[in-house]
Amino acid sequence: MILLNGERCDLPAGETVAVALQRMGLDAHARGIAVAVDGEVVPRAAWERFALGEEARVEVLSAMQGG
Amino acid sequence: MAESPTRLDERAQGEDLLMIAGRELHSRLLLGSGGFSSLELLSEAIVASATEVVTVALRRVAPAARGSLMDVLADAGVELLPNTAGCRTARDATMTARLAREAFATDWIKLEVIGDEDTLLPDGPELLRAAEELVDEGFVVLPYTSDDPVLARRLADVGCAAVMPLGSPIGSGMGIRNPYNIALIREAVQVPVVLDAGIGTASDAALAMELGCDAVLAASAISRAQEPVRMAHAMRAAVQAGRLARRAGRIPRRLYATASTPEEGLAEL
Repeated sequence: MILLNGERCDLPAGETVAVALQRMGLDAHARGIAVAVDGEVVPRAAWERFALGEEARVEVLSAMQGG
Repeated sequence: MAESPTRLDERAQGEDLLMIAGRELHSRLLLGSGGFSSLELLSEAIVASATEVVTVALRRVAPAARGSLMDVLADAGVELLPNTAGCRTARDATMTARLAREAFATDWIKLEVIGDEDTLLPDGPELLRAAEELVDEGFVVLPYTSDDPVLARRLADVGCAAVMPLGSPIGSGMGIRNPYNIALIREAVQVPVVLDAGIGTASDAALAMELGCDAVLAASAISRAQEPVRMAHAMRAAVQAGRLARRAGRIPRRLYATASTPEEGLAEL
């Protein structure tokens, strides 16, 4: 089961980060977004081709007020 | 005709730019974006503070609020300074910094590694480790640190672009509890010193500048004031006043009075 920001999601393994972002209503050109998969940064340039594993933990982050 | 106060302000300050990592800043007040009850208020406070640098945190995407903070900051024309708020280890902080670089296309990072839940005081060893790693990766590292001159020097030695000592714990509004240490930090490092955390009101910001700090970062002191926009203006004036006073050179403190009026020519009555 792939976890998207801590929530289970029904994406099949092998789908890309870009597809996961679409699932969240984000497009690949969205400003101010960063993605980590299993604790590693996935650079924007790799979103279209980075395939998610079966147990992938995907974190999708953006700016929030703070500091 | 008398000069306008604004014109006099400008002339008194002259070309007194703050340089951080080769970047010229006209304002010596950095603003934290946390705690503002609305983005409109944040936007107005940015204008009133005249700041050029505003901090942001990195959190999981919230479907509702997406993008709007970025828009507000882009419209205001300020630089984003992402932070690693909430990180407890060097690993978390360095990961967050890398994600921030990816998200905001900036190498600048306000590095925070917290070591205690109640006081939110920095974890020195983890902070130093994270700073060293991020400097090696080409980041412009601005570490939030304790008011310890030795740690500040260590952070500067590993290549941090500035050091940001606390005046007192984050959000406490307790002002500068150890002004002597802040003055020592100013002497201990060559890089800019930015007083971060603890500012409660304008006089705290002025004191920081009088002690020799190069800038002040204020967040809660402005965002949680009863009238944030008015306080933003007060902080801007206080930072300018403190900086001018520092450059002007204060008179030494004395226990006894020194007459400012000469005795000579005093009438015999």
